Amino acid sequence: MNKKVQLNKSDFESHLEVRWCPGCGDYSVLAAVQRYLASIGEPIEKHVFVSGIGCSSRFPYYMNTYGFHTIHGRAPAIAMGLKIARPDLSVWVVTGDGDLLSIGGNHFLHMLRRNPNIKVLLLNNQIYGLTKGQYSPTSTKGKVTKSSPAGSPDTPINPIQLALGAQATFVARVIDVDAQNLTEVLSEAYTHRGTALIEIYQNCNIFNDGAFDRIRGRDERAQYQLLLRHNAPLVFGRNSENGLIVENGRARAVEIGSNSSESVAKFGITTYDVTNFSLAMAMATIPQTDDACVPMGVFYKVDRPCIEDVLAEQLKDARKKAQLSSSAKDNLEELYLSGNTWTIR
Amino acid sequence: MEGNKKRPIRQEQLASVVIRFAGDSGDGIQLTGSQFTDESALVGNDVVTLPNFPAEIRAPAGTIAGVSGFQIHFSSSDIYSPGDRPDVLVALNPAALKLNLKDLKLGGILILNEDAFTPKALSRVGFANNPCQDEKLLSSYRTFVVPITQLTKEALVESGLSAREVERCKNFFVLGLTLWLFGRPTDMTSKWIETKFKNKSELASANAKVLQAGYSYAEATEIFDVSYCVPPAPLEPGRYRNLSGSALTAYGLVSAAQKSGLPLFFASYPITPASELLHELARFKKYGVITFQAEDEIAAMCAIIGASYGGALALTCCSGPGFSLKAEALGLAVMAELPLVVVNVQRAGPSTGLPTKTEQSDLLQAIYGRHGEAPLCVLAASSPSNSFKMAYEACRIATKYMTPVILLSDGYIAMGSEPWKIADPDELSLFEVAFTEVNNNPGGRFLAYKRDEATLARPWVKAGTKDLAHRIGGLEKENETGDVSYDANNHHLMCQLRAEKINRIAQEIPPLSVEGPSDAELLLLGWGGTEGILREALKVCQANKLPVARLHLHYLNPLPSDLKEVLGRFKHILIPELNFGQLRTLIRDKYLVDARGLNRLTGEIFKVEEVVRAVQEML
Repeated sequence: MNKKVQLNKSDFESHLEVRWCPGCGDYSVLAAVQRYLASIGEPIEKHVFVSGIGCSSRFPYYMNTYGFHTIHGRAPAIAMGLKIARPDLSVWVVTGDGDLLSIGGNHFLHMLRRNPNIKVLLLNNQIYGLTKGQYSPTSTKGKVTKSSPAGSPDTPINPIQLALGAQATFVARVIDVDAQNLTEVLSEAYTHRGTALIEIYQNCNIFNDGAFDRIRGRDERAQYQLLLRHNAPLVFGRNSENGLIVENGRARAVEIGSNSSESVAKFGITTYDVTNFSLAMAMATIPQTDDACVPMGVFYKVDRPCIEDVLAEQLKDARKKAQLSSSAKDNLEELYLSGNTWTIR
Repeated sequence: MEGNKKRPIRQEQLASVVIRFAGDSGDGIQLTGSQFTDESALVGNDVVTLPNFPAEIRAPAGTIAGVSGFQIHFSSSDIYSPGDRPDVLVALNPAALKLNLKDLKLGGILILNEDAFTPKALSRVGFANNPCQDEKLLSSYRTFVVPITQLTKEALVESGLSAREVERCKNFFVLGLTLWLFGRPTDMTSKWIETKFKNKSELASANAKVLQAGYSYAEATEIFDVSYCVPPAPLEPGRYRNLSGSALTAYGLVSAAQKSGLPLFFASYPITPASELLHELARFKKYGVITFQAEDEIAAMCAIIGASYGGALALTCCSGPGFSLKAEALGLAVMAELPLVVVNVQRAGPSTGLPTKTEQSDLLQAIYGRHGEAPLCVLAASSPSNSFKMAYEACRIATKYMTPVILLSDGYIAMGSEPWKIADPDELSLFEVAFTEVNNNPGGRFLAYKRDEATLARPWVKAGTKDLAHRIGGLEKENETGDVSYDANNHHLMCQLRAEKINRIAQEIPPLSVEGPSDAELLLLGWGGTEGILREALKVCQANKLPVARLHLHYLNPLPSDLKEVLGRFKHILIPELNFGQLRTLIRDKYLVDARGLNRLTGEIFKVEEVVRAVQEML
């Protein structure tokens, strides 16, 4: 491990001027990430931010770390190559809903099943921002945009459900303005060994303003957010007056009056288990009606070996078995002579 | 082997022989051919091979579409081509005969598996009469009709193997028969069988038995009244191994990693005929080689960009359609100025084309196939042995100039094999990589795009290096700082600098050496896998006193700086290519010379005789 260093948020700010639209939700995510990284004291140069294309993908330019702004949808593939070649680095992917889920869907799927130790920040604003307002794969069905004047005909992707289906080992959701929860989730994601997907509901105040208003304001958050906590009952509401009962993979809300252990027990409110796949899926698929709760926080977290560790282990085994020399010349001679040879004099 | 010799068999000495094995794609033809090749190489012959198989794993048995072939040219002199026409054809079924007979030299040896010539099999490929009983056929060639399947069954009557397994051993009968015909012992192949089937002892002993049966049959029945001997070739002294182009490419890449001390990261997606390179490298974990089988060609290309950013020697391979998919990411690599190597084992296109056949039609895509002005270095290997050298060279240039390098190979080179004079690790060219570890702009911010004066390469910084953290990406860079820049003049300047950097690679290219008389009138100009054929063609031209010289290009972008002067020396320039004139287009464009082409797209390599004919027509 590297020696911890004393850092401030400003150490993570690059010299480049941040060029997102005023009021963009990306600002708060950037600030939260800079603050969090300063708090863990890992040297600046150990972090690499890899992004694709889109508003959110400018993120690396604003971080005073190593960074690579790449091509549309391919950040996971580039990050995977980097992480496998350099397991010692802390690798982050910053991406948007179009980048990760549309053009990059295939790479996203395969990254999750391989489980490299990469942290993915998915800034989901349910719209194409940089190309000026077309519907995205997470836009709601019927969404009227420049490219869908009659409403989007597509069923939206549910990123959490998709990630769970692709065998992700860490899946979480937060909202851009909830700095406290975002920091907590960043911390859990960072310490998780494996791919961590953090879906961040992010407001695009230019092309899709208010997409998350139902749960974004302080009041609304208090009312509708359900913060998932391991070993804690599924309760929500301003005064925790509601609870969820999960039966047969389906969640049902009930009024319990108060978050006392008695009422929780009385109504049979489900206790959350972050390692329980079915519970995670039930939380991911709660139909989003006007009065439904929106689960936030860590949905799912399990351990599975990372691809870079498996590959490193294979290399180590092969080397141990072969007992190779440290000299390139010896190794090459051994390689060149590893089959039938003959000599001509 | 000390059989009951009834009468002495005449032994005849030949300078060189071309033999072609042909049968169904399940008959083990490739295995028979490659083992016969190894035997030939090990007795000291020079060898050149030409495997040829269908794209289907198992096309319907007995059809023309399912015929698999393997041609070997072995010789007592230096040879460079697999031979235009076989002297010996082994046809294991009527379809194989139908497809290949037209190539057999008149008076050549024809060996037929009598058992496969059933009425049904014959009618399937349109034979009205059984060739095994065709007097004309029997007299036009030295035909030997052998009940190969039956004899294999008899040899294995007590083996306990299933009928299907027994049938599949017949390729070893053929191998035994042909080994005897060319005066070779069987013990080396027997040993090889032991290793190859070491976990299937029943199959090992069955194959060894059938091999011996084929050999003894030839010896005891005296069906051949003569056996042939091809003396060893006077190859350059040294130690040799018989290896394919794919294997030698892999050896070149591993050598580059070992010599430079860089970890090798290879990502690719399986595609014929490039997959062999992935298979070869996947076996080299002990040398620190990481192979990553990506989810698609794009991901493979992207993964090596990431690995290169992390400081690895990063490589990928692909073929036709896969190469197209990599184009966008290659543009990013050009912009990011990161070193990496893409090996494109060309196949016949467009689209899926003829996936198992060879062609040279990706040259223009390699040079121009990206959006924007995105120049990079393009090299081409010309033979299996040369693949070793060019793979190493590609890695060296990529890291020295901080650029992607495309190495063009093709199906013919990658699948063919020849004796490789084993390299001396000490004699490989110097390959040192120095990562930048200190700020090149003391007191200021690190300049990620400040260039080396000689090469114009930017510094290579391993992500994670202290004090040098910086951001790169696909947006245009400001000169020196590498910051994002929309400045109009800066874009023009950066495009110029990137182009000039690639042009400077010309300083790495050794002076051209033209083969042939200095007063020749015609220059035979080639690139890639046609070199062997063109070399043989030159020999024929010289024997016929034609004023011809030959030049082969291994560096396609940039082109060698002395090429203009060389081209100016000749009245005629003939460029044979397995495409419609891609190098010709480049040469005409750059040098304004009236180069002519010999172009064919049949999925096959040129015949020496057709190149010679084209030369004659032009003179």
